[in-house]
Amino acid sequence: MMSLRRDELAVAGSGIAAVGLLSLLPLFSDGFALSFGVNLMLYVAMCTAWALFSGPTRLVSLASAAFFGVGTYSVALGLDSLPFPVLIAIAALSSAALAGLVGAATLRLSGVYFVIFTLGLAELIRQVVAWSQSRFAHKMGLYVFTDFTERDLYWMLLALTTLVFGVGWLINRSRLGFALRIIGDDETVARHVGIATARAKIVLFMTSGAFIGVAGAIVAPRYAYIEPQAAFNPMISFLVVIMALLGGTRRLWGPLVGVIPFTIVMEFITARFPNHSSVVIGITFLAIVYLLPDGITGLIEGMRDRIRRRTAAGTGIEAPDAIEEKAA
Amino acid sequence: MSAATVLSVAHARKAFGGLIAVNDVSFDVGAGELIGLIGPNGSGKTTMLNLISGALRPTSGEIRLAGTRISGLAPEKVARIGIARTFQLVRVLPSMTAIENVMAGAVFARNRLWGPPARDFAGGLLARVGLTGRESSPVADMTYIDQKRVELARALAADPRLLLLDEWLAGLNPSELLIGIDLIRDISREGRTIIMVEHVMDAIRTLCSRCVVMNSGVKIADGPAASVLADPDVIRAYLGDDDA
Repeated sequence: MMSLRRDELAVAGSGIAAVGLLSLLPLFSDGFALSFGVNLMLYVAMCTAWALFSGPTRLVSLASAAFFGVGTYSVALGLDSLPFPVLIAIAALSSAALAGLVGAATLRLSGVYFVIFTLGLAELIRQVVAWSQSRFAHKMGLYVFTDFTERDLYWMLLALTTLVFGVGWLINRSRLGFALRIIGDDETVARHVGIATARAKIVLFMTSGAFIGVAGAIVAPRYAYIEPQAAFNPMISFLVVIMALLGGTRRLWGPLVGVIPFTIVMEFITARFPNHSSVVIGITFLAIVYLLPDGITGLIEGMRDRIRRRTAAGTGIEAPDAIEEKAA
Repeated sequence: MSAATVLSVAHARKAFGGLIAVNDVSFDVGAGELIGLIGPNGSGKTTMLNLISGALRPTSGEIRLAGTRISGLAPEKVARIGIARTFQLVRVLPSMTAIENVMAGAVFARNRLWGPPARDFAGGLLARVGLTGRESSPVADMTYIDQKRVELARALAADPRLLLLDEWLAGLNPSELLIGIDLIRDISREGRTIIMVEHVMDAIRTLCSRCVVMNSGVKIADGPAASVLADPDVIRAYLGDDDA
């Protein structure tokens, strides 16, 4: 199964080329474009990681802020005593552990209950962190001073994004990926063909959560001063969901297609109308739900299917089927 | 219990609150048998099937598959031990093609195939149920009988020790019914052990060597199809005041 088909090689090749090109960006700019690149890369990594779980299972998680915050705090708390790569690993492990707990607790929840639970969880952790900081440390936040430049953060986020895509691609080719597609279609059937649905969902939720935690850890140095209100900001969860849905979650590269236009528009809006960004987010969300339920990629694929079917009907390819059915 | 017993149901009981859907039912199924599980609407047939496949846990009683206790196990565990089923209302995986639907049965249960072997195996089963050349058709676009064929192929893909068919013939028109009956007969002749819940009496008469009849959750008859269908109790259950 590890042999690659020719089209897979082509995709892998162009992916590597794209990563190579993108890694050159900091050499040409270290101002606006680089900072925009960091934003973009951060959300590409998080949205793709989010869609690893929420795409196939169709369970909308609003826990991204919780994983992001856990990652950020892993760095903020350990920076004085441990090297940065170790902190990244801690961020991954603690986010995965949190995801595992959430998964185990929400096994029986479905649909809207899962959404509310994950939103509540992120808020709960934020309150607990804020409370314990003021109670035991008598301060509101933590300082994160590192030698990392914006360039370093960009490269780290690019590496993370590449890793997320690599893992996502491997999952899609695996039994786990196939199991998740079946679960997304019909969980009852999934169990009756022998899939341990709970375990499959938890494994994937942990993977997705770990990546989002690492994203939080990498950008922690950017904040310099970390407060619960910023690290566990529920807006992070909402933005991740909206961008991923805008792109579409049925393909690995779907969220990427949503992140790029959305980040550009948001950049423009926050520069020109800084007080209206939540209006834009709201309108975008409504537009997605009503106009693009399967995202941009879903729309493109739908159109492609329709064209293919029309051409097939025109050339009479469907005729033999019809005859066969009558004969049967 | 003899060595050839595939399924053994002993005093199975299922209560939903005050309603007892299955009440102290016992029967055995031998290797290679094709058994009809029949009874009027609401008699507990589908509940019985759900107890066997693990979709429901029995309130009490014991169910064994080839000696292994399966009552109380989750459906995925039961599937791995060797039971596959179809559903009363056909359940295909709507976003997938026909062959992917069948592969779903071959990958996770007893046949742990993957990659090209799984695809080849699934392709063979599609041909087996009469869908040659339809491998890449989106299953959502298929007709009702073809979806039922896909569902049957998916169940067979698990190479189950026991196959459960829940009204697999329901909703087919007369010519489709004949095809369906032939298909089940062929599968049975290959030595597959089958329990079919069915309302189509012609099919029961043609296919089943033995029938278990349920009424109001209780087993009221068990024996050769012809004699069971002539049993006054069975006739009363279908035509008497219970089902008037």
